[in-house]
Formats: sequence, C-alpha cells, structure tokens
Amino acid sequence: MARYGMVIDTRRCVGCMDCVVACKTEHGVPEGYCRDWITETVMGESPNLRMEIRTERCNHCANPPCVYCCPTGASHVHERGGVVLVTANMCIGCKACLAACPYDARFIHPDGYADKCTFCIHRVEKGLDPACVAVCPTRCMHFGDLDDPESEVSRLLRTRASHSLLPEAGTDPSIFYLT
Amino acid sequence: MYLFLGGLVAGLMILSGFHIVRTQWDRHEDRGHYVTAPILSLILLSLGMGTLFLDLEHKLYVWRLYLTFEVASPMSWGSWILLGVYPALIGSALITLPDAMPRVARFVPFLVNVSDWLKRPGMLKTIGFSNVILGVLLGIYTGILLSALGARPLWSSALLGPLFLFSGLSTGAATLHVLSHLSRHGSSDDEFTDAVMSALVHWLRPPGDSEDASHKLAQADNSFLTVELFILVLYLIGLLSSSEVHLRAAQLLLTGPYAAVFWVFVIGMGILLPLVLQFLQAQQRIRHTIVPALLVLFGGLLLRFVMVSAGQSSHWLQAFSQ
Repeated sequence: MARYGMVIDTRRCVGCMDCVVACKTEHGVPEGYCRDWITETVMGESPNLRMEIRTERCNHCANPPCVYCCPTGASHVHERGGVVLVTANMCIGCKACLAACPYDARFIHPDGYADKCTFCIHRVEKGLDPACVAVCPTRCMHFGDLDDPESEVSRLLRTRASHSLLPEAGTDPSIFYLT
Repeated sequence: MYLFLGGLVAGLMILSGFHIVRTQWDRHEDRGHYVTAPILSLILLSLGMGTLFLDLEHKLYVWRLYLTFEVASPMSWGSWILLGVYPALIGSALITLPDAMPRVARFVPFLVNVSDWLKRPGMLKTIGFSNVILGVLLGIYTGILLSALGARPLWSSALLGPLFLFSGLSTGAATLHVLSHLSRHGSSDDEFTDAVMSALVHWLRPPGDSEDASHKLAQADNSFLTVELFILVLYLIGLLSSSEVHLRAAQLLLTGPYAAVFWVFVIGMGILLPLVLQFLQAQQRIRHTIVPALLVLFGGLLLRFVMVSAGQSSHWLQAFSQ
C-alpha cells in the first residue's frame, strides 16, 4: 500500500508563502485560518548559527493521535496513501483532535468542524501534485510515495540528510525536511 | 465544569450505590442524605452534559456519537457509558424517591408503586452495583479523557483516571455532608446562601439527620482526600522523572504560572486544610461545621480548572523553543 509523503528542501525554501496562498485558494480556506504556514527556526550556537525556513502542515502521521481520539470516526485514514482526513458532516466539533495533535495542525472551521491539510487528495487522485507543491517557485517541495523506493521522495531521503518534526511524540510523520 | 460535575456525580453514584445495596428498605430508619444523592446526581449530570454540549462547535451533529463505537477514543467510551449512567441513576432515584421527595410521592402514587417494585432484593442489588460500577467508570473516564490526548505532556499519565475518581469521591462525600449539615442547621441560619441551600434541602427531604452521619461522611471524605493526595504526588513524581517536556509541564504547576492556584487553592485549601479540620472535628477538638466540605468542593473544582488550563498550555514544542 502506498504511503504518501512530502520531502521539503529547507535549503531551497525562501519562505515566500506561495504554498500558503495556493492552499487557501485551492480549498477556499476562510480568512484568518490556514492549512499550511511558514516557520523560521534558528539552530546551533553562536557564531555557528543556521536558519531553517520550513513550510509546515498536517504531517499525515502513520500513528495519528487525532484519529485515535476522534469519538465519531470523522477523523480517519484514507484508504489511498494513508492520508489523514476529516469528514465534515461526521465531526461534532469536540476539539479532542486539536488537543491531541502535537503539531497544532488543525483548526475549527467557522462552520463548526475540524479542518486541516488533505494533501490535496482530490488532485492527487487525478495524478496531480498537491496545490502547494505545484506552485512552489523554488521547487523545494516534493510529493510522492514513501513506500516506493524508486519515487523521487524516497531517493531524496536516501541521498540527503533529513529530519521530521517532533519524532519524540511517536507519531511517525510523513513529512521530512532536507537539511 | 463538566469534568468537575461528572466526577462529583461519579462519587455520588458510588456512595449511593453502596447505600442502596446495604440499606434494609423495609425498616423505617434515618437514611440521611444518601436518598437525595440520585436525584441530585441526575440534575448535576444533566447540567454537566449541558455545558459539554455548549462546548461543541458542530452541535447539530452530536447524534453522530451514537452511530459508532470508536475503541481507541475515550470520548466515545464516555458517551456510551453515559447511556448506561442515566438508567442506573433513574433506577436509584425511583428507589429513593418516597424518602427523598415525599410530597412528589404523595401526588404521584404510581411512582411509589414503581419504587416498591424496584425494592425487591434482586433489583436493589442490580441497581446498586450498576451505580457503583458505572460511577467508577464515569469517574475514571473524566481523567482518561485528558490523558489520551498525548500532545499535552501534562496530561500524559494514566494516573489522571484514579486521581479524578478519588477527587470525585471526595467531592461527592462533601456534597452529601453539606446537604446533611444544612438540613439540620440551615433554618436557624441567617446567612443568605445557607438559607437558599436549606430551602433546597428541605424541599428534597425534611431535616432530621443524625450528627453521626456527618461524622462518618467527614471520615470517608478524609480517606478519599488522603488517597487523592497520594495519587497526586505519584502523578507529579511520574512527570518529574520523565523527559524534558514532561518536566517542563510539571513545572507549570509547581513553579510556573499555575503554581499559586495549585499550591494555595488545590493543595492547601482544597486538600490539606479540610484534612486537618475534619481530623480535628473527628477528635472533638473543634466544632463540627461544613467549612471543610465546602473547601473540598472548591478544591475539586479548581483541580479541574488548573489541570485543564495548565494542560492546554503544556506542549511538546516548549522543550525545544526555549
């Protein structure tokens, strides 16, 4: 079974926020909310400092706490690619998933249900890249099947140093950052 | 607020469940305010459920809870447990109704017939033990609900289940203690709050509890408070001996922004002071009052507020962003 994932080259990302705009446009994300965002982290000790600019979103974890805590099954793992999705008309807006997510990737949509990144599964099923990946001007974002050793994402993970976010949380994220 | 009311109701269910099983219903004796517990529990639980419902963001879809059973979700377990809690509470309320609300029983004789039917030994045992078992599940559930949300390090402990269970038992015993005490002294008290409470209590049941019942409740309360304190200490030791994120989470309570409320109101006024006062009362060194019981209720409420607020402030990212 495929496991969709993203590999993001932090050396190429310039934090232009095109991915954020593309996502908001693609999904009609309401004003004041976003499904992906940019963070800047300074690492190391002076004078050997390094800044990492990252585009972040739901990590579509293989061990997703948001799915486990959902009382109605609205949060679920999609049969294709292990993508974590929310069925709006099954969600009661209890906010348990918001409290369970260590990445703060979810928010309550003004219509009352939990909302988040879908990896643009509607585009992926048509053979397209997610909107954020498709518009990236520096080509720093790569999307593909992590379980396929021949995919571009697997090749990048084999050849470059990378890390995921909060591996200590034990969620097994599907997004990796090249350093 | 729901966690507090749910825990309190769980405590009342356990105490009144044991009372239903142990009482000889064919004998006329003073049964204290255990008889008011099921009716009070129904009111308080409905209030708690109301606050829970108001907290939902997609309210019209609440029925979705009962179209599925999600094994890994404590909230799903809780919603199904509540389906059992209501019938058990209604059963025990019907058993105690003639004692708790004699005026209602006089106006609706049918309820007395139902009550008599339920007072058969087999039914009493079934309803009594159902109340105890469902009370334990409800009390533990309020803690496990939080501990299942692993992204909040302060809640990452299964000890929250027993902690909230014993806190619920202590607040349940304190509630019975307050009701019992006010029914004896409320009418002669000029204070507004006591007058209101006494009016409520007299409506529920005429005065006449023995001093002995209050002493027993105070002693039971002290046992529950001691266990609660013991679990709280173990819970904090667990966090302090764990990883950096859990250490920082514990410091939110011990030395951080929630420390004043935690030490002064939860530990000091909510557990230690009532323990000492109730101990001195039991030794007949000071006059018996409801002050310790009120402090226990206040401490139980603040324990939930502190745990929920501090828990939401604790985060995995804290350890890496400072």
